Amino acid sequence: MNPEKVVFGFFIVLALTLNFGFFVGEIDNPDHHHVYELFAVIVVNLIATILKFGDRTQMGAVLLSTSLVALLQLFAAALVWVMAEHVSSDGMTPSVMASIVSLSGGAMLANVVSVVLLVIETVMLRR
Amino acid sequence: MDNIFFIVMRRMRAPLITLISVYAIAILGLVLIPGQDAAGNPYTMDFFHAFYFVSFMASTIGFGEIPFEFTDGQRLWVTITIYTTVVVWLYSIGTIISLVQDQSFKQALREQRFASRVRRLRDTFYIICGYGETGRALVRALTDHDQLAVVLEEKWDRINTLRMENLRQFVPGLCGNAGDPDHMLKAGLGHPRCAGVVALSNSNELNLKVAITTKLLRNEIRVICRADSHDVEDNMASFGTDHIVDPFDLFSLYLATAFQAPCLYLIQEWLSGYSRDQLEEPVYPPREGCWIVCGYGRFGKAVYKRLMDEGIETTVIEMSPEKTGKPPGLCIKGRGTEAVTLKEAGVETAVGLVAGTDDDVNNLSIIMTARELNPELFVIARQNHQENKALFEAVNEDMLMHPSFIIANRIRMLLSTPLLSDFLGLALFNDDAWACELASTIAAVVEVEAPIVWEVEIDTATAPALCSAIAAGNTITLKDMLLSPRDREQLLSCVALMHVRDETRVLLPEQDLVLKPGDRLLFCGKPTADSKMRWGMLNENVLSYIKTGEAPPEGALWRMLRRIHRRPG
Repeated sequence: MNPEKVVFGFFIVLALTLNFGFFVGEIDNPDHHHVYELFAVIVVNLIATILKFGDRTQMGAVLLSTSLVALLQLFAAALVWVMAEHVSSDGMTPSVMASIVSLSGGAMLANVVSVVLLVIETVMLRR
Repeated sequence: MDNIFFIVMRRMRAPLITLISVYAIAILGLVLIPGQDAAGNPYTMDFFHAFYFVSFMASTIGFGEIPFEFTDGQRLWVTITIYTTVVVWLYSIGTIISLVQDQSFKQALREQRFASRVRRLRDTFYIICGYGETGRALVRALTDHDQLAVVLEEKWDRINTLRMENLRQFVPGLCGNAGDPDHMLKAGLGHPRCAGVVALSNSNELNLKVAITTKLLRNEIRVICRADSHDVEDNMASFGTDHIVDPFDLFSLYLATAFQAPCLYLIQEWLSGYSRDQLEEPVYPPREGCWIVCGYGRFGKAVYKRLMDEGIETTVIEMSPEKTGKPPGLCIKGRGTEAVTLKEAGVETAVGLVAGTDDDVNNLSIIMTARELNPELFVIARQNHQENKALFEAVNEDMLMHPSFIIANRIRMLLSTPLLSDFLGLALFNDDAWACELASTIAAVVEVEAPIVWEVEIDTATAPALCSAIAAGNTITLKDMLLSPRDREQLLSCVALMHVRDETRVLLPEQDLVLKPGDRLLFCGKPTADSKMRWGMLNENVLSYIKTGEAPPEGALWRMLRRIHRRPG
């Protein structure tokens, strides 16, 4: 067992599960999407991205790119949240919530691809 | 590029993950701990403000407590996080800085820069492995003849010498191991413009490795190696190394030429470009009488053997004959720098002296002492180090042997004018009268300046005008190439030395020789003759002037007018 692989798999899967946890629920209902969850998703995704740094394989390159996509989406979601709460005068509205959740949904898709690639790589190892 | 990128990425992993974790904990703590606003109402910080606060706290900027003054609970948490975040921040920055100063990172950067410079080369170039005395002379000789070179050298100070050198072309140099195929590839072994590899290091094994690497990775390009022992030479030749240069053998061959055919030796000196400015006078080493050879090392042995082959009586002076081996003839133990030893060897009655030790000071001292005892001596000196050039010029010996210089020039000749070495090889089969006649022809053509040598191949790339004239059914003779494009009554100041067609080599071809595409010619002459000759080869109108004496109209309209004008006549 390679401890590096354990940590790597752990963070990639955790990124997906947390992302899913934030994503489920009515899309425009702020009660169904907690800010702590978004925070956790962002932190875990950042760590997962950095873990993928410095991998020279083709698989590593694709994994890094999916992570970067997820981060981009999540940063956009966080930015929208900050804008709604602190900058705009309307505060959090259902339409803003919907756009935040849909952005995180995109990030989740990227995380799904990451996990699928991880599974494929594991299956191809055959040992 | 990827290499450096990956080094940075790998090294930055741990500090970045620590930084993110500590930030996340600090932010989460601030969000969870209850605080109060200015009016005393309960208030919890949101993520936005927490992130803002931690960002400036960690980088020790510190804008104060925002958005409201902190409660004591919050201050307790902030006290803890200040220390952790600041430490982690310094740790990350420190890692980046140490990475930049890291030797392996710097070397990766240098290799990277070197490889990209080599990749950008757009002209043919040669890879020179080893930048010692010989490499330096070769690089200088190549760049002086407008050719590009790339240097691979193991020692740092030598690469620095290369940087300090004032060369006509920029020569990229890498401090690396030529035995490492990766470094060879970085130096351009896989580059389509790489024309040859020259292995000049002091180590025979390294030269061998370079030759093998090149022959395996790029079989078609030429490999020239320096070798000091016949054993290694045979090994190199076994897998197709194109040329193997042994300076001592080469010089003893020159010496034999000087004995047997002084004019040929003179031609050799002129054409191989030893002196760039003046034509040298012929030397006549005396054959009648006794010679003294000081130093019986590799050089001494090669010279001794040649002198014996010439049937010349020779005495050897050697410091430690038990180490070098005793020559079959007379051998005197001593340094040769003292008058006693030289007298014992019979310097007063000798005609020639070879100062051939591997120490320049000793060689100079031998020559000066011997000249005092016998001013008529013919002196051959061996110069080991470039920096002593002025001293050897001052002592004014009759023949100079500088191993590095000999190898460098020989290799430059092999690389830039391979036909010339063929020519000199074939010229050895002619007698000296032939060579004397040629020498006087060349001297008449070039007057006082030393001649330059150039090769011409009749193909569409270098001689499009000639090729199209031949294709149109005109006969082009060698004389057409030799006529001046300015005045066809006059010949260019050059001599056609050799004509090559399908492996048939003809020395000094006749002027009425009919040329065909694919022929190769070797010329020597004044530097200006080369460019004038190329004019006629490239420009159809110039060629037409040379052939017929009149220049055809250049534009389409004038050509049409001329046709109309001619028709009634």
